[in-house]
Order: sequence, then C-alpha cells, then structure tokens
Amino acid sequence: MPRPFTPKVVTANALLEGDVIYLTTQGHWTRNHNEADLIEDPATAEIRLLEAQALAHEAVGPYLADATPGKDGPEPIHFREAFRTRGPSNYVHGKQEP
Amino acid sequence: MYAYSDFDRDFLAERNAQFRAQVERRIDGALTEDEFKPLRLMNGLYLQLHAYMLRVAIPYGTLSGGQMRQLAMIADRWDKGYGHFTTRQNIQYNWPALRDVPDMLDALGEVGMHAIQTSGNTIRNVTADHFAGAAAEEVADPRPVAELIRQWSTDHPEFQFLPRKFKVAVTGSAQDRAVTAAHDIGLRLVLRDSQLGATVLVGGGLGRTPMIGKVLTDFVALPDLLPYLEAVVAVYNLLGRRDNKYKARIKITVHENGIDEIRRLVDAEFVPRRAAFNGADMALYTKIAADFAAPDFITGTGDFAAHYADDPIFRSFIDTNVAPHRHPDYAILTVSLKAHGATPGDASSDQMRLLAELAETYAHDELRISHEQNVILPHLPKRHLRTVFDALSDAGLGTANIGLASDIIACPGMDYCALATARSIPVAQEIAVRFEELKLEHEVGPLKIKISGCINACGHHHVGHIGILGLDRAGVENYQITLGGDGGPDAVIGERAGPGFAYDEVVDAIERLVRAYLDIRENAQETFLDTYKRTGAAPFKAALYPETASPRTNQQADKAHAA
Repeated sequence: MPRPFTPKVVTANALLEGDVIYLTTQGHWTRNHNEADLIEDPATAEIRLLEAQALAHEAVGPYLADATPGKDGPEPIHFREAFRTRGPSNYVHGKQEP
Repeated sequence: MYAYSDFDRDFLAERNAQFRAQVERRIDGALTEDEFKPLRLMNGLYLQLHAYMLRVAIPYGTLSGGQMRQLAMIADRWDKGYGHFTTRQNIQYNWPALRDVPDMLDALGEVGMHAIQTSGNTIRNVTADHFAGAAAEEVADPRPVAELIRQWSTDHPEFQFLPRKFKVAVTGSAQDRAVTAAHDIGLRLVLRDSQLGATVLVGGGLGRTPMIGKVLTDFVALPDLLPYLEAVVAVYNLLGRRDNKYKARIKITVHENGIDEIRRLVDAEFVPRRAAFNGADMALYTKIAADFAAPDFITGTGDFAAHYADDPIFRSFIDTNVAPHRHPDYAILTVSLKAHGATPGDASSDQMRLLAELAETYAHDELRISHEQNVILPHLPKRHLRTVFDALSDAGLGTANIGLASDIIACPGMDYCALATARSIPVAQEIAVRFEELKLEHEVGPLKIKISGCINACGHHHVGHIGILGLDRAGVENYQITLGGDGGPDAVIGERAGPGFAYDEVVDAIERLVRAYLDIRENAQETFLDTYKRTGAAPFKAALYPETASPRTNQQADKAHAA
C-alpha cells in the first residue's frame, strides 16, 4: 500500500539576496512560509516544481519540502526547514531581524 | 610578508573583472544557475542555508593589520559587521548580496587578497602552522614554502578539475600545529645534512571516511618539492575516482591502490615533471623567502615581570594564551575568539580593527589566523603584553582559555551551512558557558573539544580529544561522541563512544566525561588525552552511559580509578 502523501511547499533561495523564499498559489515568491502554497498531491507538486524551475531568473535551487497545515498557514515539518523560516540561532539575523 | 607583484595585481584585477561580467550575465538571465554555479564556486561564492556566503582565503593564515582592517571594512559595508574565521584559516562572510560580491572582491584585491580556489575541486587555500616564523622550536618557517605552493597551484591549468577538492598543509615544527596528517598532502619541513626539505604525507583527511596520512617519502629536497607535488597531484588526477564523490578524495585512492603503488606511480611521474622545471621556482622561492625575513626584534621586557607577579588575572591570561617565542623578549599571543557563550571564530568589525591596530602599533604588523579559529599576534614584545591585554579585555577579547575546554572548534553547522545535518554553534556556546559556570576548565587543563555539524567534519571532530558529530536521526538532531582523537604529530582518529545524544542531552554528557576524567586522572599533570590513553574508553563510556554500563565496564572504571 503506498504511503500517504505528505503535503509540500516549493522553496528556493532568491537569486539576488540568497534568502529563503516560497512559491505562492499565485506563482509568486514570498519570504513567509505561512504564505506558501501547500500542495496536497504529488502530481500538482511536480507541476509546481517545474513552474518554479522556470523562474530561474528569480530563484535558485527550488525543491519540495514537507509541510503541514497550521493555524496561520503551512508550517515546516523538518527542523532544517524550520531553521530556514527564521535564520541562525546565534544572532538575530535573517528573517528574525526586526 | 609576501608582497603582491604587478603580475599578481593584474591577474587578480582581470579575474575579478571576469567574475563581475559573469555575475551580470547571471542576473540578466544570459547564464543559467547550472552554468553560473561552477563560476561562482571558483571565486569562493557559495549559496548557503539563508544567504550567499563568500569564503576569502587567508593564505597560510598570515595577514597584516591593513588586510585585517580591510576585512572589517568589507564586513561593515557589505555584510552584517562581522566575519567568521574558519578551520582552514579562511574568513567567511555569511550575508553578501550577489550584486555586491564583485565589489567585495575588488576591495579584497586592493589589499592583495582574494577568494580564488576556496571552493571547487581544486587545490584549496594552503594552510600552515599559525606560529610560523615565531615558534621557538621551529626547524624552518613554512610560509615561504606555502606561498610557493600557493602560486604554483593558483589557476594551475592541469588541476582545475580534480576528482575532488585537495587540501595541503605545511608545518615547520615537529609539534605539528597544522594537523598535517589530516590533509590530502601534509608537508613537514625537515633538515637533512643542512639541506631543507620535507617529509611528505599523503591521503590524510577527515570527513565521511577519516584517515591519517601515510608517509609517501620521508625526504624531498626543496628544489624537488614542486615537481614532486605536481607528480602526486597528477597521479591522483588520473587515478582518483570520478564515479562516486564519496570515494573521490586521494585518501580513498591511496587506500584502494596502496601507498606502495602510489609511491611507484609518483616516482615514475616525477622524472619527466622534474625535467620540466628549469629552476625558476627556486629563484622565486629565494625572493619569497626574503619577504618572510624575521622583523628586527627589540630587546628588553619593560615592566612585564612586575605586572606578571602582581596581577593574577594578567598572569592567568599569560599562562594560558602565550606560547614561547624564538626571541626571549617576545611572546606569541593567541587572542581567543571563544569568549564563553560567543560564536567560535566570529569577530566583529570593531574587534578586527582593534586587532589590526594592536598589530600595527605593537607587533610588527603581523597577524595570524589559526585553524582553531583564533587570532595570533606572533611577534609581540613582552614589554607590550600588559597594554595589549588591557585593550583586548576592553573589547571582549581577553578570554584566557586557549587550549582549554571552552576553546572549541565548531563549524557553522545548520545555523548557516546548506550541507549540515545539525547545529554546531549553540552546542559549542552551551558547553563553553557550562564550563565557565562550573569554573572547572583551568583545573581540567588541556582539552580539545571539536564539533562538526555533519559527516564532512569541517569541525575536525575526529581529531578532538572529545569529538562531537551532529546528525539528523529521523528528523531530530542527534550528537555522536568520539573519544581520544589527536591532531598532533602522532595523529589519531577518535573512537566512537556509543549511541548519540539528543540536543538537550549533549552538554550534560560532556560534563560527565570531564568529571570522569577529573575523577580518574593520576594527578593534575595527566591530561585528558593521557588519561584516555592509559585507561582506554571504558571509564569514559561508563560516565557517558551510566544506565547501560555493564558490571564489567563498571569494574574497569573502578580499576582505572583505583590505579
């Protein structure tokens, strides 16, 4: 029996600044994980990843990351992706910056 | 120090102009990322977890006050006001924007620095003993040899696409502070019948498959060194595996073919290579060596002895952070970038400027970066130690912990690195704070704790007396501990102690290890490593895993304790 599909978001790094970005349902990039398009089936995930790869002038290295529905939108599952939503733990840098 | 020639400056300017155009073509869409990536990596530009990262080479860890000042300026102007000194004597900027990188490279070029070959499958920044030219026990200053290798390897047309990256380290001291046995090639300078040459180790490396380098030849005379190195790298270039990146380093080539076969191939390759060298390399070496002549040392120690006798805090700092200099009136001062709770290896731009000023004013305008992520004033007259100590203390750089438990090597780990499987920095910070709270580290004495955030081992955990390796175990950070590693002249790979620890367990585990050591050491002079060698792992494992220790293990621990 196939394993149930874990929902995904498409994430990458912005070409100019390098910061972490996510693909929205409108096909734009956002810096906020909870604004990402939460993709619920594998076929759509593959299509959306192809769409992201076509935006090579804006984004570098798009890939699919596991996510889960949350109160305010998609939330990361793996700790690596959780770190990417914030920034490093030793300074208030990255997305944590006021 | 080596001074750039017009050729060097022109080469760098042209290279930077090329990269500027490549960046523009990437931004306007003329280059894809697949096309651009190898170009940016050749110029030290990575894309990490949260941002780009620019890795700048500090050849053999040597830089002037002016260069350090420029590094500070770059940190302020194009980054976030700090830099991270690495375990390969580089500095990394963690937050550059792509458009700014060409300007950063031009600014580096103004002071004779660059980021070339700090990435990619090339010969990387050549590292050396950070006490080079100053250590009391040194055979020869390794920096002229390192500079010769740097010039030979930079943009070497044959070696731009090696099977994998290739790291060379040089030491001129039998103490081997450059961890030469853990490099693809390690050179140990020796004198034979008054002739300078090198013992050549090959096939060392840490990472996924840690190995200690093997002696390829016990002596190569200096005039033969470059052709010999060229023969080694040429043999590797053809024989090294390109089918599997995890088996592509020369350590695997040596392991699979045997050191005797590698030696045979190198000796055969050496003959035509040697014939192609016409002596220009040695003429260049002579010129380079002159650049590294020792400064004119001044004599006298001023009030040093009185300050040392009167002030216990100053005395502790000197006893901990100063090493013997070749000149009796001088000191080698290591400035710790490991204040308790700070990020290992990070220096703010203000701290960099202070270090530059101290070097320029008091210490013959020389600074060094160690692979242990500290900064060294290699030629500091003892008469200035008090003044320098006061200035350092005011800037948060007066921590007396060199070689102690809180002087931890830590890679950037998952706080920055795209390859990491767990965080390193906060673990290091918490261990350092714990030992500061316990006020134990001076009682513990020499102890090297090294932390890597993934199997690639940039934190050198395999050669830590206590090594910590952060892994991803089923989506949770988990930390394996290795014991008994040693990066010195008789290098040893540490042994894995047992199951790993969760993030919130690892600091307690390290404290248990250290308390076990204090409990079983024969006397205060017996170091952690000496105790480990005497007792073996059993009493330390018993401390790490008290709930699972077998009666036999406990008996061994008790026996070691009684001994």
